[in-house]
Amino acid sequence: MATDVVMPQMGESIFEGTITKWLKKPGDKVERDEPLFEISTDKVDAEIPSPSAGILREIKVNEGQTVPIQTVVAVIDGAGGAAASAPAPAPTPAPAKAAAPAPAAASAPPPAGKPSAPTAAPIAPQRPGERIHSSPLVRRMAAEHGIDLSTVPGTGAGGRISKQDIEAVIAAGGTPSAAPPSAPAAVPARPTPPPPPAASTPALPAVSGGQVHVVFETAVPREKIYFGNYQIEPMSTMRQRIAEHMVASKRVSAHVYSVDEVDMSKVAALRAKAKDEFEKRYETKLTFMPFFVKAAVAGLRAYPTMNASLDGTNVVLHKEINIGIAVALDWGLIVPVVKNADEKNVLGIQRTLNDLAERARSKKLKPEEVQEGTFSITNPGVFGGLFGLPVISQPNVGILGLGAIEKRPVVINDSIAIRSMCYVTLSYDHRVVDGAIAHQFLHVVKDTLENWSEPIV
Amino acid sequence: MAEASANGTQITFLEAIKQAMFEEMERDPAVVLLGEDVGVYGGAFKTSEGLLERFGWERVIDTPISESAIIGAACGMSYLGLRPIAELQFIDFIVCAFNQITNFVAKGHYLWNAPAPMVMRGPAGGGVHGGPFHSANPEMYFVHTPGLKVIYPSTPYDAKGLLKAAVRDNNPVLFFEHKFLYRRIKGEVPTEDYTVPIGKAVVRREGRHLTIVSYAAMAHASLEAADALAKEGVEAEVIDLRTLLPLDEETILQSVKKTNKCLVVHEDTRTGGIAGEIAAILCEKAFGDLDGPVLRVTALDTPVPYSPPLEEHFLPNAKKIFSAAKDLARY
Repeated sequence: MATDVVMPQMGESIFEGTITKWLKKPGDKVERDEPLFEISTDKVDAEIPSPSAGILREIKVNEGQTVPIQTVVAVIDGAGGAAASAPAPAPTPAPAKAAAPAPAAASAPPPAGKPSAPTAAPIAPQRPGERIHSSPLVRRMAAEHGIDLSTVPGTGAGGRISKQDIEAVIAAGGTPSAAPPSAPAAVPARPTPPPPPAASTPALPAVSGGQVHVVFETAVPREKIYFGNYQIEPMSTMRQRIAEHMVASKRVSAHVYSVDEVDMSKVAALRAKAKDEFEKRYETKLTFMPFFVKAAVAGLRAYPTMNASLDGTNVVLHKEINIGIAVALDWGLIVPVVKNADEKNVLGIQRTLNDLAERARSKKLKPEEVQEGTFSITNPGVFGGLFGLPVISQPNVGILGLGAIEKRPVVINDSIAIRSMCYVTLSYDHRVVDGAIAHQFLHVVKDTLENWSEPIV
Repeated sequence: MAEASANGTQITFLEAIKQAMFEEMERDPAVVLLGEDVGVYGGAFKTSEGLLERFGWERVIDTPISESAIIGAACGMSYLGLRPIAELQFIDFIVCAFNQITNFVAKGHYLWNAPAPMVMRGPAGGGVHGGPFHSANPEMYFVHTPGLKVIYPSTPYDAKGLLKAAVRDNNPVLFFEHKFLYRRIKGEVPTEDYTVPIGKAVVRREGRHLTIVSYAAMAHASLEAADALAKEGVEAEVIDLRTLLPLDEETILQSVKKTNKCLVVHEDTRTGGIAGEIAAILCEKAFGDLDGPVLRVTALDTPVPYSPPLEEHFLPNAKKIFSAAKDLARY
């Protein structure tokens, strides 16, 4: 019994993924849930587990190729678990399902899923003897230019050869070479800038496809960037996606920032007292983060507008409280989500945080673990500096930034005392949240931390 | 939509239709208007208000409630040298006259050398909570009938120019007016006499990534979707058919030759709608130009619902068009 392995959907607005590495080759034995391949999409470089046990019969999408979600990327033969076979590609993708009622069976509107080869599974064009998926236009152009389609890499739906693909080959002189499809070259002044990065990442010889559909603006003429000595480093897929998200977030949300100062002395003392016992009993380190998370939860419970998203003119108030925690990686940034943070105690949160951070750093996060956040926390203070002004992670309306916890002289009852202080910043979306709510939210956070009453161990 | 003239004025879609009738009846004494409530009442939508006062009861005729009689009488009038405009109070009821139209009006010239220079017009289309008897889009019954012409404009300029052209055409012409547009859209209309050619589509918006073909109210929704698509870097070319029969194949083919992808949008129900016809034509005549399947966004294959949320679900809209176009662009 054969099982189709499909490109998973990583997020509501994500329609495609790039295969970065196959961890098994055809003929290998694979267990159910064993890591099978790695993908890159949005901010996640994730390992995808095998849906069933058996022998990997065939890889249909190669490393470096980008395909739409639900595309069959491999086939596994074997006595796979009964429930393991991938669901048939739905006629409409999940985002449409969330947005509109299910269409009548008689006539599904926009058959968005259909373009990805509804009958036969998509086939990489490089395989000899198998049918090559392209289009009438592409075949005509190939015939006109004498190009063998089996040598053309395909980046269209389901790995088919699209108009852009064949045009690239024609532009490169008729043979599929390393030359990237270039946008019309910028007019070079002195000094001559390199050819502009095209919409696809510059294709290296061994990699075909792997397109990311962004081109970022420069604010000055391109020639001004290139002078003297320099080295060019193409952005990784993750970097491009982070960049895309950042500019989009700033463009879409009306960012306003509020800062408050929290006396962490009580929490610091409680933590100092409890941490050894905690580590011994639960075999996991106790940090300050669970305290901030629970304080944020208290704030969100009191002010549900902070736990919302904006869709057009509808404010979507989320009932779950899922807190995304920004984690710095050597190669970028990722925001794994602590789901239902309001239902967890200090131990539960700490465990989840440690687990997510560890798996983020070892690229073992599951796609679901970076989705469905309703609020975010970031910790710029860990790198030093008083406080940060973070960018909101869409589609949230707020993000809490934590400064460094340091001892500072403060005034209490007209005397100077030394306390462990921490600046907290709230970046919020003024389209949805007004200053009054933002400040009151911060006040609850501050209050919760300064008057900590929950047991830790 | 650059159709303004030096001394043009902004008028509603409905006003444009009224002006066309008024001016044609002024120009040619053979032009008459007949239909339910068109005279004394001025028309259910006030489309013929003032005509009875101006032209008198011999030229503006209130009929009994019988579409078959209205069309049959108009057909007879046209055989005798008049150029009648027959109004259907709601186009939904035109099917009461289906026999008259298909067996006599459409065939007379072919069978007996008896041309019927008449116009059959009325409000069509939904989106106004009119329910299943007041929201129909029955255009394809007549596109399927050789011997007729079928017009379905989307702007005041086109409505006036095409209605005038229809009156002057010696063939029987069906002129559908989308009631959703009656008072909702305004446009520049020249004060001097002009016509718009029947059988010519128009490119409303140029683009290079895909072609959206549409007409009537959906032409506006398609343009709205095209604006949203442009923000995402997808440039859609939008064609407004204006006339359904004869279909302007040439404009569609030229566009698809350039963009290589086509999405057809109509408010008519899916099965048997003109999108199927266009897809077949593209397959026959532009197969080597297609870089993706011909897709369509249409209403569902059900009667038009009365319940507002159901009607909204039933109808196409800019959001559905945007979604389909985006997927097609990415194919």
